[in-house]
Amino acid sequence: MGYTVPVMIYFDRVTKTYRDGTPGLEDVTLSIQPKEFVSIVGHSGAGKTTLLKMLLAEDRPTEGTVWFQDMDVHAVPKHSLHHYRRKIGMVFQDFRLIPNKTAYENIAFAMEAAGRTDEEIALDVPYILDLVDIGNKGGHFPHQLSGGEQQRVAIGRAIINQPEVIVADEPTGNLDPVNTYEIVEILKKINELGTTVLITTHNKGVVDAMGKRVITMERGRVARDDANGQYIL
Amino acid sequence: MFTSFRRIFSSGATTFTRSGLVSFATVLIMTATLVIIATLMFLSAILSNTLSAIEDKVDINVYFTTDAQESDVLSVKSHLETLPEVAKVTYTSRDQALADFRTRHSDDQLTLQALDQLGENPLGASLAIKATDPSKYADIVNYLSDDSNIPGSTNIIDRVNYYQNKTVIDRLTQAIGTTQKAGLVLVLLFALASIIIAFATVRLAIYSARDEIAVMRLMGASNWFIRGPFIVAGVIGGIIAAVITLILCYPATWYAGKHISSWLGGFNLFSYYLSHFVLIFIVLVGAGILLGGLASFVAVRRYLRV
Repeated sequence: MGYTVPVMIYFDRVTKTYRDGTPGLEDVTLSIQPKEFVSIVGHSGAGKTTLLKMLLAEDRPTEGTVWFQDMDVHAVPKHSLHHYRRKIGMVFQDFRLIPNKTAYENIAFAMEAAGRTDEEIALDVPYILDLVDIGNKGGHFPHQLSGGEQQRVAIGRAIINQPEVIVADEPTGNLDPVNTYEIVEILKKINELGTTVLITTHNKGVVDAMGKRVITMERGRVARDDANGQYIL
Repeated sequence: MFTSFRRIFSSGATTFTRSGLVSFATVLIMTATLVIIATLMFLSAILSNTLSAIEDKVDINVYFTTDAQESDVLSVKSHLETLPEVAKVTYTSRDQALADFRTRHSDDQLTLQALDQLGENPLGASLAIKATDPSKYADIVNYLSDDSNIPGSTNIIDRVNYYQNKTVIDRLTQAIGTTQKAGLVLVLLFALASIIIAFATVRLAIYSARDEIAVMRLMGASNWFIRGPFIVAGVIGGIIAAVITLILCYPATWYAGKHISSWLGGFNLFSYYLSHFVLIFIVLVGAGILLGGLASFVAVRRYLRV
């Protein structure tokens, strides 16, 4: 296939079969351009999370190749995988903050891990805390924060190293409508600032409000791919 | 590079202090392990001290005839002292032997009277020989039974009590060897068992952080950056456990030194502890660091496979 636009992520006929019944993927081919905002929807077990795991090299495909820019993701050796993963910011449904670090330290950790200087950290972390609207709670531990606040910290942590893509797996799954709305607004803002955003979701409201590209998955296959999609199942 | 090290160290210290109860439990188990190691050190000190005290009591005596010249006896003594197997030779003259005999039987009038009746000294001079090692006595006796080694015209050696003592010496030599081997095996077994328990505890503590480790991996932290703080926290726990053990040893050995040193042939554990403090300190702190660090290293590795 000839590219007219540069491709950021390209799934080339990816198949994944699990023997233990975990939902897999069947012959998935899709490409994502830079600065796109893509929602992946589908029932539980449709393969949304498996798709993200393939992208993050958490798991290997049975067949096919996952490309990130011009890099075969699963050809990256394990010991240098962390360099690749710094290009992607991850957000999870259950937040997964480090429990014995404060909000500030959780975000700073991502910068420390990437080898940034103390000056950069002192400058960037407060800025990001403000950006995700949690500036006054930097000293709180995760268990002292509400779900919505934890997810903001998690997003702050994901974007602090200016990744090329934000991957969010059900980011609003554990949140009430008000927090859901606010998290979606933050993700939209990040996308407008030029970062590719890839989210999986169950939430019809989120998808419909966005009016962006929607990929619908069914039993491990891409069932629909609409440039200006709605949540249709 | 330096920044990474500093971050790993400070993060490790923070991890240790913030995971309060888990750190406390780990320190407790490691302290128990180190107390066992310290106890084993003291036991082996007691054992080797007792064994050397027993070994020290073993010697052979060479009794000379009453008409042996003192100069000949002394020349045998100086010859013996040149042998590498001989640690020490003590000379007892005829007069000394008689004086010793009198003191020994001072409350036995009958024997003393019989001695006085005799008119002359019936006792010969003797040499008490101590070997460097109990197994060497046979060589020394061989040397003595070779007439060419003994000065004087007639045979001046009356008897050597080695042959009476031989079975006892042999058995003792064997017993000492066996006890030392068995002691070593026992020490290793106990140490192994307690190390396995400490490992399991550290692993349990890190098990509770397995999701955290996976997230750090997905956030692009390198393996060493994730593993480092856990190892630092483990090492801190090990050092604290070692210090607690060293502090506990102080009253424990003081009490033992006061109450059981007469059982141990005068061996005082407290003074042993004080005189060997540097060695015990190095062993315990080293064991603590190794235990905490290695256990954390192994435990984290399991969860770094993401």
